[in-house]
Amino acid sequence: MANPPPKRRAGEGAVSLLALPATLFLTVFFVLPLARILLYALDGRLLLQADTWGRVGRALGFTVYQAALSTLLTLVVGMPLAFLFARYKFPGKTLWRALLAIPFMLPTVVVAAGFNAFLGDRGWLNLTLMRWLGLGAPPVRFTGTLVAILVAHIFYNTTLVVRLLAHALEHLDPHLEQAARVLGADGGKVLRHITLPLLRPSLLAATALVFLFDFTSFGVILLLGGPTFATLEVEIYIQGMHLLNLPLAALLSVVQLLCTVALSFLYSRFLPRIVTPFSLRPAEANIRSPRRWGEKLFLAAMLVLLVALFLVPMASVPFRSVARLEAARGERGEVRYGLTIDYYQELFLNRRSSLFYVPPLAAARNSLLYALATVLLSMALGTPAAIALARRGQVVRTLDALFMLPLGASAVTLGLGFLMVFRRAVTSPWLVPLAHTLIALPLVIRTLQPALASIPPRLREASRVLGASPWRAWWTVEWPILWRASLAAATFAFTVSLGEFGATLLLARPEYPTLPIAIYRFLSQPGGLNYGQAMAMTTILMAFTSGGVLLIERLRLPGSSQF
Amino acid sequence: MLEVINIHKTYEGQLLLEGISFTVTPGETVCLLGPSGSGKSTLLRIIAGLEEAEEGRVYWERENITDVPPHRRRMGMVFQDYALFPHLTVAENVAFGLRMQGWSPQDQQERVREVLELVRLTGFEARRVTDLSGGEQQRVALARALAPRPRVLMLDEPLGALDRALREELLEELREILRSSDVAAIYVTHDQEEAAAIADRVLILHGGRIVRQGTPYEVWSDPGSLWVAQFLGVGNILIGKWRPGTDSSLLETELGVFPLACSHSHRYGELVGALLRPSAVVESPGGPIRSRVTDVLFQREHFKVCLENGLCAFLSRPPGVGEVITLRLTAPLQCLGPAPAGSKGGGIR
Repeated sequence: MANPPPKRRAGEGAVSLLALPATLFLTVFFVLPLARILLYALDGRLLLQADTWGRVGRALGFTVYQAALSTLLTLVVGMPLAFLFARYKFPGKTLWRALLAIPFMLPTVVVAAGFNAFLGDRGWLNLTLMRWLGLGAPPVRFTGTLVAILVAHIFYNTTLVVRLLAHALEHLDPHLEQAARVLGADGGKVLRHITLPLLRPSLLAATALVFLFDFTSFGVILLLGGPTFATLEVEIYIQGMHLLNLPLAALLSVVQLLCTVALSFLYSRFLPRIVTPFSLRPAEANIRSPRRWGEKLFLAAMLVLLVALFLVPMASVPFRSVARLEAARGERGEVRYGLTIDYYQELFLNRRSSLFYVPPLAAARNSLLYALATVLLSMALGTPAAIALARRGQVVRTLDALFMLPLGASAVTLGLGFLMVFRRAVTSPWLVPLAHTLIALPLVIRTLQPALASIPPRLREASRVLGASPWRAWWTVEWPILWRASLAAATFAFTVSLGEFGATLLLARPEYPTLPIAIYRFLSQPGGLNYGQAMAMTTILMAFTSGGVLLIERLRLPGSSQF
Repeated sequence: MLEVINIHKTYEGQLLLEGISFTVTPGETVCLLGPSGSGKSTLLRIIAGLEEAEEGRVYWERENITDVPPHRRRMGMVFQDYALFPHLTVAENVAFGLRMQGWSPQDQQERVREVLELVRLTGFEARRVTDLSGGEQQRVALARALAPRPRVLMLDEPLGALDRALREELLEELREILRSSDVAAIYVTHDQEEAAAIADRVLILHGGRIVRQGTPYEVWSDPGSLWVAQFLGVGNILIGKWRPGTDSSLLETELGVFPLACSHSHRYGELVGALLRPSAVVESPGGPIRSRVTDVLFQREHFKVCLENGLCAFLSRPPGVGEVITLRLTAPLQCLGPAPAGSKGGGIR
């Protein structure tokens, strides 16, 4: 006999009310702007112009092309690295694991600045080569090329591939591969017939996610590729902010949104069907030191790749921020090469003393204030929402999807929507932290909710039965789990706000720039001093973000994911 | 014929296998029996080529295959957790080895049909292995290992994951299959019942060495050493001092002095272990062993009676618990050789 439907527990309505503030917030700051974008896009004149669709098609075509190429290359780089981490012991492995958590969370400006400092026209490689070879122009052309975009995308998303695949590989039953070997399969056949097919779900998930991120990438393309590489995102920004063609910008946003929604749908639709069972414990037996020559060579090659792809670009920024490698603007005669702290000292000055030109320190202060506001707002909205979601009510389950929606929209689209809806408030400095909250809220909820759900009600009941007061029960059972999750969620919100580029570029008022915006401005200015200051600011931003990421990693619930 | 010669292997700095040598001929089932951690599975993996030994060689038909990689050894292996490929069907799992060894599709199909019939899984071809019961998965694993006609079939605790009833049923089937397929088989287990049921020859592993080998009958009737007798639990163990007697040797124990059947030579007063089979005792008024009954257990053909002095005996009449009975031996004690200082005697489990 079927069970009767469970009675609605008393108080579920009250619990659902906890999700109300977040719901209202999303309605006003997400649904409304999206609706406005849709209205703008449904412009008859615009839709009938042949030229419109040509532009949309070109942007879409290039976006798909670069995303597909980036995804493919990321897989090519990430798969062997995943094997390295899942199968071999090597010196410094724990450190590398921790370091690999950072790139994915780094602000786009930091990544762009990193590659710029390494391979850009004014990066140390080019300047060193020019000095040694006595060249008048930089010999390596990197910035402004498709290669730069691809490399930055690989840098960003390789971590994701390594994480997903290494996890799957570690949890694969080692007996499966051994059984195949005994049955006559050599190394290549084991890989082709056993390992790769078993990894297929993780591989597909990684491919889909990486493609999605590459598809919506903005900062990297604008900063490293330049405006000639017009993806949908860049085109939205240019049409919306430079050419003030809001209907076309809106149409591009709608096209992009449809694409991401379709991709997410396919991902969630097909993923559950192709899951193969894995053992829950990582198979320690799989992990060993490299023994044969081939294995040692593989290890060496991978370590070189890790250093070249991750360590050097990131180390380039702090190095470049204290090294004078070129003449400052207007500086004549002998250039003084060497170490310097000038760039950091310059951060406190406003040389232009123009209205729109604020000293970099002010940008840092703005960033900090915006980030704090974002933390307060997103925690205030996210905590009650997460509590409501953790109770798993019927009403609340529908809200769950709503709360995750902003993740699917790109930052530039969010910024554009804000501009269209809050035109009158465009002078308000509050738009930036509101937009950041919109981006941080899903992450805050997703961090808090599993922790809240992991608190077994039995534990609380047990402690009550054993004689603990309600306060004491909360203090001993729930608080230890909660504070970790809350701190992780707050750090998440802080880090996201600190590094956010796309929405901020559209919304920040010229006199209130954030650090990423200031870095963007300084990077595009001529002169060694400006470049050096951009590097100094990037170093500061990088330090904050890396610290945040490492803190989140430490705070993760033990056993949730091994990587 | 498979020859394993002088295998040495250390694991995490500890000597695991210390000079293991034995042979297996086609049609013979050799059982490696030993407590967990005795290196049985490691030995199997060395023979399969999945692990390397520090020392020692493996020969097949006089050809040295020590350095041949596992995929070219043509051996079959059944893992305790079956290790079936979850993304393949039953037929694809069974055909995997055939495919890897380049059999033609028709031959593959024919052979898959044949082995599935052998393990009584005809009709399961298209099923997903993840939907099968434990016993069915076990049979697929066996079929997969047998399909490419391996030189040696290795079974690593193949019934270890199954419940008792299923284990007995499958053990019976496995015996038939091994007998009919005429393959050289090595069967690893820590379960003596399984070993006794399936083995033509039993090798008992202890401390990295083979401490006793022979047919199950030979091994159980003459364990040969104190450790093996205790491990197999064949009877009561008595520890005492050796003394020469008029007709036979004597053993002076805490319970009295008893005749001892012994083929070794011992020094006067040397500490010696001896086996007292529970069936070699009868109730007898005035007998030399006198003790209070602590437990009586009905075991179909007799009563197992355990006494306060630590001995157990199989008797035809059930005495009451708490009753004091007297017993005598119907056969001399069986000598198990010298006992290390500090050895303790005891009844059967």
